[in-house]
Amino acid sequence: MPQFFPRTSTTIARLTLLGGALALAAVACAGYLIVESPYETRQDVPREQPVPFSHEHHAGGLGIDCRYCHTTVETSSFANIPATKVCMNCHQQMWAVAPDIEPIRESYRNGRSVLWTRVHDLPDFVYFDHSVHIHKGVGCSTCHGRVDRMPLTWQAESLRMKWCLDCHRDPAKYVRPRDQVFNMAYTPPRNQEEVGQRLMSEYHIVRRTSCSTCHR
Amino acid sequence: MKISATLGLAIALVACRQDMHDQPKYKPLAESNFFADGRASRPIPENTVARDEPIVNDTYHTGNANGDFTARIPVTVDMALLRRGEERFDIFCSPCHGRLGDGNGMVAQRGFRIPQNLNSDRIRQAPPGYIFQVISNGYGGMPDHADQIPVRDRWAIVAYLRALELSRSARISDVPLEAQSQLEAQR
Repeated sequence: MPQFFPRTSTTIARLTLLGGALALAAVACAGYLIVESPYETRQDVPREQPVPFSHEHHAGGLGIDCRYCHTTVETSSFANIPATKVCMNCHQQMWAVAPDIEPIRESYRNGRSVLWTRVHDLPDFVYFDHSVHIHKGVGCSTCHGRVDRMPLTWQAESLRMKWCLDCHRDPAKYVRPRDQVFNMAYTPPRNQEEVGQRLMSEYHIVRRTSCSTCHR
Repeated sequence: MKISATLGLAIALVACRQDMHDQPKYKPLAESNFFADGRASRPIPENTVARDEPIVNDTYHTGNANGDFTARIPVTVDMALLRRGEERFDIFCSPCHGRLGDGNGMVAQRGFRIPQNLNSDRIRQAPPGYIFQVISNGYGGMPDHADQIPVRDRWAIVAYLRALELSRSARISDVPLEAQSQLEAQR
């Protein structure tokens, strides 16, 4: 019986098998990279807003405390977006005719909400609570980054579950004294591990990695 | 076959997320298609009374006593209250009035109408109930801060303001002896 295939076809067949496996792996890798990329997580991507609000100017330049506007952050799960009235506390007099701020004035006149774009949007199956994090010594900048240096606001971290767990597994790496929570410029001390351990016992912080801590 | 398998894998990795992520429920301040004004968080109907903050016409809630501003702070003034007041003053008052209360805050420096110097004789002599009402209702160019500062914190600020005013005209001899050396060391 004559040979149908030349000798090289064995190699080709092997390479095809190998190539197929590699292609599958490549697709999986590409998928992973896409899922973890800012395209998907929105990390480091400034968001368009109806008013180009600058935390850099308000929190950084003017030194206004986070809580002047985000009044509920210490007592509630939700750090509120301030009411239009709070903007108008100053802007009734300052930049009172600036076109950039017109949506705020319009909202103040007609009582309709300003349609801000949400920057940090956790999945709906995550039950996050700001107040408890603040009382346990997690600083604003630990999760939100240097907001006082953001001309437009972006998400500084990935907000992926593994990122949450990084701290939930070992809070001592990140917690700071309560009186430093709102300090944007806080830098961890060299002996953070030691300070963290002390704060953990002082503030009764325990490692929380049960599913139902965040998913209910 | 292979193409559909890879496609399926790619879709599984990237695109199947939204249903559980965006459930048909409202989170605070979310947008709603149901209500005409588009707000999921409903405006509080007029005359609503919160269970834990009843509307009572007492001195604590109004700053009034016997038809006039109360001359006494209606909560116990201790170190914890003063510390709380200092923190709240720095958050809510200092942007305009400055941390020293001299009216030289950052917002005033940037063009807001120069606010009252809180160390002036007029404010020093004003009764606590008056300060409380100015925080609650505003005064002149100053808007009210009732929605931002809970009642107890307003009293804490009033108490701290008294301490701040005292400190602005205090001499080192007014300080207890053991604290004097501490202060000198900090200079």
